[in-house]
Amino acid sequence: MKIGVVVFPGSNCDHDALHAAGALAGQEAVALWHDSSDLQGVDAVVIPGGFSFGDYLRTGAIARFSPVVDSLKRFAAQGNPVLGICNGFQILCECGLLPGALMRNAGLRYICKPVHIRVDSTDTPFTQAAVPGQILRVPIAHGEGNYTADAATLAELERDHRIVFRYCTPTGAITAEANPNGSVANIAGICNAGRNVVGLMPHPERASEAMLGSADGFVVFRSLIEALAASPR
Amino acid sequence: MPFPPDVLARHGVTAEEFAKIVQLLGREPNLTELGIFSVMWSEHCSYKSSRVHLKNLPTEGPRVLQGPGENAGIIDIGDGWACAFKIESHNHPSYVEPFQGAATGVGGILRDIFTMGARPIAIMDSLRFGDPHQGTERERARTHAVIQGVVGGVAHYGNCFGVANVGGETRFDPCYAGNPLVNAFALGIARHDGLFFGKATGLGNPVIYVGSKTGRDGIHGATMASEEFSEASEAKRPNVQVGDPFLEKLLLEACLEAMQTGAIVGIQDMGAAGLTCSSCEMGGRAATGIDLDLDAVPQRETGMTAYEMMLSESQERMLLVAERGREEEVFAVFRKWGLDAVTVGAVTDTSRLRVTHCGSLVADIPNSALTDEAPIYRRPVGELKRIEPLQPPVDLTDRLAGRDWNADLLALLASPNLASKHWVYEQYDTMVRTNTLEAPGGDAGVVRIKGTNKALAMALDGNGRYCRLEPREGARLAVAEAARNVACVGAVPAAATNCLNFGNPEKPEIMAQLVAAIAGIREACTVLETPITGGNVSLYNETLGQGIDPTPVLGVVGILELAPGVPVVSSRWKAAGRPILLVSGAPQLSLEEAAQRFGSSEFATTMLGQCWGLPPALDLAREKALHQFLAAAVAQGWLESAHDVSEGGLAVCLVECALSRAIQAADDPAFGAQIEVAQGPAVTLFDETASRVVLSCLPEQVAALSALGRQYNLEVMRLGETGGERLTVRVNGATALDLSLTALDAAWSPALEQQLEGVPV
Repeated sequence: MKIGVVVFPGSNCDHDALHAAGALAGQEAVALWHDSSDLQGVDAVVIPGGFSFGDYLRTGAIARFSPVVDSLKRFAAQGNPVLGICNGFQILCECGLLPGALMRNAGLRYICKPVHIRVDSTDTPFTQAAVPGQILRVPIAHGEGNYTADAATLAELERDHRIVFRYCTPTGAITAEANPNGSVANIAGICNAGRNVVGLMPHPERASEAMLGSADGFVVFRSLIEALAASPR
Repeated sequence: MPFPPDVLARHGVTAEEFAKIVQLLGREPNLTELGIFSVMWSEHCSYKSSRVHLKNLPTEGPRVLQGPGENAGIIDIGDGWACAFKIESHNHPSYVEPFQGAATGVGGILRDIFTMGARPIAIMDSLRFGDPHQGTERERARTHAVIQGVVGGVAHYGNCFGVANVGGETRFDPCYAGNPLVNAFALGIARHDGLFFGKATGLGNPVIYVGSKTGRDGIHGATMASEEFSEASEAKRPNVQVGDPFLEKLLLEACLEAMQTGAIVGIQDMGAAGLTCSSCEMGGRAATGIDLDLDAVPQRETGMTAYEMMLSESQERMLLVAERGREEEVFAVFRKWGLDAVTVGAVTDTSRLRVTHCGSLVADIPNSALTDEAPIYRRPVGELKRIEPLQPPVDLTDRLAGRDWNADLLALLASPNLASKHWVYEQYDTMVRTNTLEAPGGDAGVVRIKGTNKALAMALDGNGRYCRLEPREGARLAVAEAARNVACVGAVPAAATNCLNFGNPEKPEIMAQLVAAIAGIREACTVLETPITGGNVSLYNETLGQGIDPTPVLGVVGILELAPGVPVVSSRWKAAGRPILLVSGAPQLSLEEAAQRFGSSEFATTMLGQCWGLPPALDLAREKALHQFLAAAVAQGWLESAHDVSEGGLAVCLVECALSRAIQAADDPAFGAQIEVAQGPAVTLFDETASRVVLSCLPEQVAALSALGRQYNLEVMRLGETGGERLTVRVNGATALDLSLTALDAAWSPALEQQLEGVPV
């Protein structure tokens, strides 16, 4: 399997995603430069975290004009798996592949710490290997992770079980205390209507090795490999 | 002379220095040249007050590949890998404009690392502020603003750049209210054959300017960092540079990629004194000259003079020398990253810095006049001034009698210096690049090197109060603690970097502090075998004549061999029913001397409101033995946890073992302990005697650890056992401390945030 990691100017978790998809998941992992529309025949794309274009104007707002994004939209429309992590989630919202927006954290500060998230939908290529309701300990590292959307969109996300991850307590309860950034309905990650595009603020690639404190996040990459193996080429 | 005295004064150039400039040039300088001399001869760039004393530092060792004098020191870490690291101050800008001052401090030190060809993989910061509780409402508001601005600036730059912040220290004392200290450390790795140096070699080779455009920001920043502050310093805000971490990230990637082409022969960042410093230093190191054409320099503003361009400290710029004929290979890389890269000059054989602007020669100075010939001052070294009494207060025994130790411990834990610093480090990205094995909140930061079984451990330490009481001993303790922190995770301390923060060197008593501190660093680094590979001196940390405590900050880097599948030893207790041991290389003290040394503790200052005596006693040879003991014990896999006893003494150390939130383990179960010790409770619980580490292990390892201790001539005492939800300490059979973990955590964890954010207690 070949997994592409998009590199925008200012992406800084690109190496981490390449390491998780490559060295850890044992797949061929390639960097996709933002200025090229060639996806190099990859089977899935990860948009990594970081500060694409320095977060100027608004997080993810400038990245959506890069040539790679048009290719990515076609790639996603064909049902191929696309994962946006942190800044990648923000970019997916800005370019319209996912609904809603990510606002400044409720506490108005950047936060980096491990949190717990509950897998509320295993019906995506990035969660299919997880158990429904599985609790993952995965770090967050963001200043703008406060997810919001209009009432109709939220109702649709809830109805179609498109809220993939929610912030929770270590035992899985969805409480205000477990919500680090003020996200509506404790939303940590969602998917599109086709379920092949997933965005989340926490960093599964940072929690994919026990020696780094948690390997819980690796289920995201394991799911992807299973999904790609099962899908017709 | 053509320059009135006030022009010289504004440039910080004395009449004697001006005469020397005239002598070196063989004529009078023009204004541009005067400006160039003023920055290169500033204290910040020339170390003119400290140079004669810095020579006493040990700088050599088998691992040292590059000692002081380059952009950063470099050590060999084995398997063909090298590690570049350095610490630098950004104190003055951080007071004038806290956010940008701190941000550009991080930016500057990161450039120092990647200019050597090393990719930065970790940063740390040592921060000192005024006491958030002290002063008028206005002063407290100012202190809070400085704290929030500095922490925000460090976070902004490091997070966006994408480097893990793995530790450091945050301390508070009224002496830093008008002079906060912001010392930034960075560390990077490179292959031995991928190292680059700041040398302009090869006659006729092009000198290429890359990165951000030059603007009028930061002009005379180096001069500002070389004088005391007054009320007028607020007006110096335009002297503070503005950082753009996004641009620096692009510069990093472009520089490392350009280095891969093989077309670059030398490279140096433009930090303090910008174009001036980088060009004359690169020429100086290679014994060549550089001709610069300012008309070619990318400019952000119109109408800039040669003076302004040569002195600008605009951030995120580099000067490099490429092989002639291969410019296009370099340009192509920078174009890809959207950065300016233009030829602005050439390497010559003149050994001079020659600058042309609008077709005319505007500066023509021998490199050596700016570097080697810079003034060296043997400033008068006076007597140390002791402010506090040497002897304990006469009523000490009475004041320590009948105290509620539980209440004392809770109050200490909530005090700014000892409270949990998670409010600070949770604002930093501590994990980016997925190398962080031990994040802030423990003894040392630890990052692995992917593809090897190696990790690097690092720590920053300093204690202004210790150094105020006795600067030589205080400096020795700073080295010892930084090395001990690194040893606590099992790493072998390998090398050090220092940041010397002091007051006005024109005062003989300040010079006495500086000289004594350097002597202390020399002693400790020699015995502990951690040569100094570089660093920085920050003098004139005074506002309205009020100086800071002498504050040498030491950074120590250690090398750790990882055993497959074995986690790094951290400070936190891992399970119940584990023996708790205290291993000590501390000197034996008489009761009188113990009482004298107790005066330097946090307890004395915070709970008794008094400071006296001397810093904790330290025997360097036994400190070294302690590090060897730890390395051996960790290598054997005998330790479950290790944490050194430092500020706050044994009581605070035990609380940290129970509660410390090394970031990866934030919600691991916490364990209390039952402890049994002898001696008087105050000294036993809160004394800060050095060379002590609290360990926990499996019961079957106690005998082996005791034997290992004997081998290294260290005392190994069994203190008690982990378990339960309370921390209980009995002293001489009587219960001195008995608190639930919940109560301890409630005092310790939220205190700093409540103090700074005004959250109702």
